[in-house]
Amino acid sequence: MGRYIIRRLIQAVFVLIVISAITFFLFWATPANPALLICGKNCNAETVAQVNATYGFDKPLIVQYGQYMQGLVSPGGRMIGSEGNERNCPWPCFGESYQNGIPVWNSIKDAFPSTLWLALGAAILWLVAGVLLGLIAALRKGKFIDKFSVGLALFGVSFPTIVFGYLLLFLFIVKLEWIPFPDTANAALFSVGPVKWAQFYILPWMTLALVYAALYTRLTRANMIDTMNEDYIRTARAKGLDERTVVFKHGLRSALTPIVTIFGLDVGGLLGGAVITEQIFSITGLGKFSIDSVLSNDLPAIMGVVLFAAIFVVVANIIVDVLYAVIDPRVRLA
Amino acid sequence: MTLGVSETQSPDEGLPADALAQTAEAKEIEGRSLGQIAWARLRRDKVAIISAVVILLIIAVAMFAPLIVKLNGFPPDQFNKLDANGNPLLNTRDGGIPIGGLWGSGTSSEHWLGVEPQNGRDIFSRLVYGTRVSLLVALGGTIIAVVLGTVIGMVSGYFGGWIDTLLSRLMDIMLSFPALLFVMALTPVVASRAQDLFGMPDNNTLRMGVLMFVLGFFGWAYLARIVRGQTLSLREREFVEAARSLGAGSNYVIFRQVLPNLLPTLLVYTTLLLPTNITAEAALSFLGVGIKEPTASWGRMIADASAWIESNPLYLFFPGMALFITVLAFNLLGDSVRDALDPRAGRS
Repeated sequence: MGRYIIRRLIQAVFVLIVISAITFFLFWATPANPALLICGKNCNAETVAQVNATYGFDKPLIVQYGQYMQGLVSPGGRMIGSEGNERNCPWPCFGESYQNGIPVWNSIKDAFPSTLWLALGAAILWLVAGVLLGLIAALRKGKFIDKFSVGLALFGVSFPTIVFGYLLLFLFIVKLEWIPFPDTANAALFSVGPVKWAQFYILPWMTLALVYAALYTRLTRANMIDTMNEDYIRTARAKGLDERTVVFKHGLRSALTPIVTIFGLDVGGLLGGAVITEQIFSITGLGKFSIDSVLSNDLPAIMGVVLFAAIFVVVANIIVDVLYAVIDPRVRLA
Repeated sequence: MTLGVSETQSPDEGLPADALAQTAEAKEIEGRSLGQIAWARLRRDKVAIISAVVILLIIAVAMFAPLIVKLNGFPPDQFNKLDANGNPLLNTRDGGIPIGGLWGSGTSSEHWLGVEPQNGRDIFSRLVYGTRVSLLVALGGTIIAVVLGTVIGMVSGYFGGWIDTLLSRLMDIMLSFPALLFVMALTPVVASRAQDLFGMPDNNTLRMGVLMFVLGFFGWAYLARIVRGQTLSLREREFVEAARSLGAGSNYVIFRQVLPNLLPTLLVYTTLLLPTNITAEAALSFLGVGIKEPTASWGRMIADASAWIESNPLYLFFPGMALFITVLAFNLLGDSVRDALDPRAGRS
């Protein structure tokens, strides 16, 4: 097991290096000269040269990439700025924003908690709802509740997040006025208290959870139906075990194994930012930060948030593979 | 997505079990291909028929958009300030919200779905033209993804060895990208690249091409993995062995024997990828990295309408519903196609 984890970690580092290289070269090789972006309207040859020297754009791309990676790897970070005007960018150094000069890492750190709360809350919601609905549907296959769940799941899968999010916002905030308009100050649990905090997040959680809940319902139902047709379930029943033990100990445990995999990957993917939900409900998380960076062409910020998100996806992959082996005794790690 | 690999039928094998089941009624025993069976099943599936009709209608709307818009006589980009009687459409004192109509949305016998606040553009016309953008981008992105996925998956599965290792790693890497984030970040980059490459201004024709490319580029890896798996097992099947022993080359085996057996998978994947891409286009345009003004796009309309959600909710409702109905119809049809093509489903 230990050896397997180490091997996967090495693979993960390799994948991250490839992703960082691709991202870096794609973004930095854009013909829209970054120097022109930075100095804005009052650009002349002199200021461009100055900016190039400051940010190191005059060096070959591969050198720039090396410097960038140094800031992420070396514990001391790296030096940025022009000669004579250098300053330290502490580890992990994702560079500084072109827009406002704030270190990208600081912005990521500030934005991350909102995204974390959003993703975790939604994840609990969709996991509980999806597995419960799927389980009930599978156990009452062909009955009304089954058809209802299947229909609901199809509906959920087809509801685009932008439409569902605004529908909730219109219904509960504008029409019924049960919930006040989102105020980003309420995103901080410890300063506003749990009630305001939950009020702030409840609609975003539902918005984000809908599609996943629908997918998990389908998945749980399909897995559960397959599992309950297995021979060992018949054996368990023949042994005289009561139905509850058969369903929960023998059936559900096996049916949930694939769900664990997907759940890990989904949550890992969301920790990089739930762009659309954050945009609809004005949550200042990573998703909002990334779309704002994209719209303002802020290359270091885009690069930083993409890499940060990729780390979560890659790490989630490893955790899931290891968990899979722990839960499912049939899996043997090679 | 549970198309049993081992149970995929080759068209020339026929279906003995099915044929046997038919003998009771049928006078002569007829071997039917999976395609024929699926078609027969689809024709009896009411949901499939209804969603297919809805999709055909939507496609018709997209194709005949200029004609349909002639019906009400307002081009999608035209700013309308006055109605036919010369009365103002918009309340200029109140931020330019429409006057009258259902829920203050400016609906009338002229503007069936109301007008846009501030500009007074006809929402019906914009919705109709938005269908074009939505379907074209989704279709283009899907075709690119399916072609790339099929070719890369088949090459990887058929040739094996280091080619397989390399391509499989590539699929892994593509799948570990945070996709939406990447698509979002790359669209402007690709757009500015394409401007230089084709010497085009950054207009919406270019944008649509870029969106297709980006959606296709990030959509192929999943399909490639499935295709690779199926190719791996297909290439060991007896009919391939038989063809090889008769002297068939790789080309023959790939195109005449492996590809036809992949068609059910490709068909199912295509019908399910289309709604995904429709949603993705809307999402990107909504976020401001997709289609830009003045071209009408559902995602863009939703983004614009969100600012008026309190005063004019209908403006948000129409593009939202259009998007929902389209995606739902494609998903329903995709599910039906998958069920119809599933060899394990009860045969009738």
